[in-house]
Amino acid sequence: MRATLPVPVIDMRGIWSRYREIVIHKDLDFQVRTGEVVALVGGSGSGKTTLLREILGLLPPHRGSVRLFGHDLRAPDALLQRDIRRRLGMLFQQGALFSALPVFDNIAFPLRELGFLDEAWIAELVRLKMTMVELEPAHARLMPSELSGGMIKRVALARALALEPELLLLDEPTAGLDPARGQGFVRLIRALQQRLSLTVVLVTHDMDTLRGLDCEIAVLAEQRILTRGRLDAVRAFPHPAIEQFFNLPSVAGKG
Amino acid sequence: MNEMTPHATDIPSAPALSHTQDGVVTLSGEWTLASLLQKPAMRAALLAAARRTKHWDLSAVTRMDSALAILLWRLWGGCFPEDAKISPRARAALERIAALPAAESAPNVRGESALAGGLRRVGIFTLGIARNTLGLVDLLGRLALSAGFLCRHPKSIPWKEFSANIFRAGVEALPVSALVGFLIGITISYLSALQLKAFGADIFIVNILGVGIIRELGPVLVAVLVAGRSGSAMTAQIGVMRVTEEIDALAAMGVSATLRVVLPKVAALVLVMPLLVVWSCMAALLGGALAAWKELDLSVVYFFSALPDAVPIANLWIGLCKGVLFGGLISIIACHFGLHVRPNTESLSRRTTASVVSAITLVIIADAILAVFTRDFGV
Repeated sequence: MRATLPVPVIDMRGIWSRYREIVIHKDLDFQVRTGEVVALVGGSGSGKTTLLREILGLLPPHRGSVRLFGHDLRAPDALLQRDIRRRLGMLFQQGALFSALPVFDNIAFPLRELGFLDEAWIAELVRLKMTMVELEPAHARLMPSELSGGMIKRVALARALALEPELLLLDEPTAGLDPARGQGFVRLIRALQQRLSLTVVLVTHDMDTLRGLDCEIAVLAEQRILTRGRLDAVRAFPHPAIEQFFNLPSVAGKG
Repeated sequence: MNEMTPHATDIPSAPALSHTQDGVVTLSGEWTLASLLQKPAMRAALLAAARRTKHWDLSAVTRMDSALAILLWRLWGGCFPEDAKISPRARAALERIAALPAAESAPNVRGESALAGGLRRVGIFTLGIARNTLGLVDLLGRLALSAGFLCRHPKSIPWKEFSANIFRAGVEALPVSALVGFLIGITISYLSALQLKAFGADIFIVNILGVGIIRELGPVLVAVLVAGRSGSAMTAQIGVMRVTEEIDALAAMGVSATLRVVLPKVAALVLVMPLLVVWSCMAALLGGALAAWKELDLSVVYFFSALPDAVPIANLWIGLCKGVLFGGLISIIACHFGLHVRPNTESLSRRTTASVVSAITLVIIADAILAVFTRDFGV
């Protein structure tokens, strides 16, 4: 249904961002269509996380426009702003779980905010989300400080998916996880992406994540999106930044 | 409650519900939480339909999310209706709900009487006091050990932290403690002057202000100010260091948190408090003298020359000792509560409140006890 809509999920045009005098993005364009999985890669300081924060509207770009689902993020209408945010889910790098709330209430938080669902309905939904991200029901009463790194990521993912958003944003989803857990988490995201037909934008450093998600890759360098495409095509692109990123000795094996 | 959001979003096909002649309910379009939020009436319609019929046709449902699947599954009583026609996408969503393991029995619903509840709360409160007392004794012991260590290894004395704390708790508190002392001095002097005038005992204003402020009011006033100012800051700082594992990082580097974090704060406050007491007493006496001059025509010079005769020097020593004692109390309590913050925001705010409240309470209790024991000195 939604695939036939002509409006891109994310539509960024002519983006300029800068911290004081340092220009991060210079006239950058970035579009993501429904159902696409796009990974933003690039060296540190290339503005990956800045771009993600601009998509979320946490950081207004210096110049240029950001449209989500066809709506301008700068529109002064609070209800519209809220409704746009409800259609996306964000997984923060450190999880950003509410430390004063147990796991259950963390996942239930966006559902309760709607003011539309009764508690039994919410409890059932939270149970479903927890099963989805492979958490045990017994974990529901734990506090965030009692969770391992991998569990924090999964609880945060469950919270991001609580409203079944159309767009999922991931900031370094596998950072801080050991390779095996990281791969498990990537498989989980991949499975959920296919099942819920999500549009996903992620920031990552990790080659295994890129391979595991089978995604499109957008390389950020020289204050813009240098190139965009499948892994092999991007790798073949002749540019020092890309050679630096992909041809590290540790990732010599080809996916 | 959620209102209609007309402008909100473009739903490709809104949820629709219709009844056919033979009692079959037909659902079509998108049945998702998002689409239902925009047409809240559809939920009521669905609930009403479920009460009336057991025959469903969902073959025209284009999309169904888990929220709606859960709702429908509940309405169906946890099984597929016999002759239901269901589109593949809706069926997939419903089957995921069907595959969910059964919920565990509702956890600990406490049914206790008011008496038992009250008893439990008293118990928790008492245990809390006991635990905190133990913690304070523990911290005091650690501080003593650290001090002993520093005596043997004077090189590791954390001078920088010590002086930073003196600046923060002492120097930066000078303006506010002077202002508060000055105003309180004026107030008390003015009120006492009105009474004394009635008895013609004007001269005794010097005795009243001197003893009252130097011995009692000055130390307590400064203690309340410092508990609110520096005590809360200490608890919050150490608490955040706990939350961000900085205390653990110190320990991992072989640096004792007691020595590096707690001791400089306690030492600084013990040193600074008596000085602040003197400072704020001076401001209060100045305010009192000015008010006496205005109200009783008592010259400021006379006020201060009569002060040494009217107020025995023992009062000053008592005031200074109280300063030292209160400074130690406030800083040790603040550090104790900071060190026991659990890593969440809620605990941080509770502990900071508890720190300030217990510090002020204990200061006043200690002051009352001291008043009894020093009743033979200086009056």
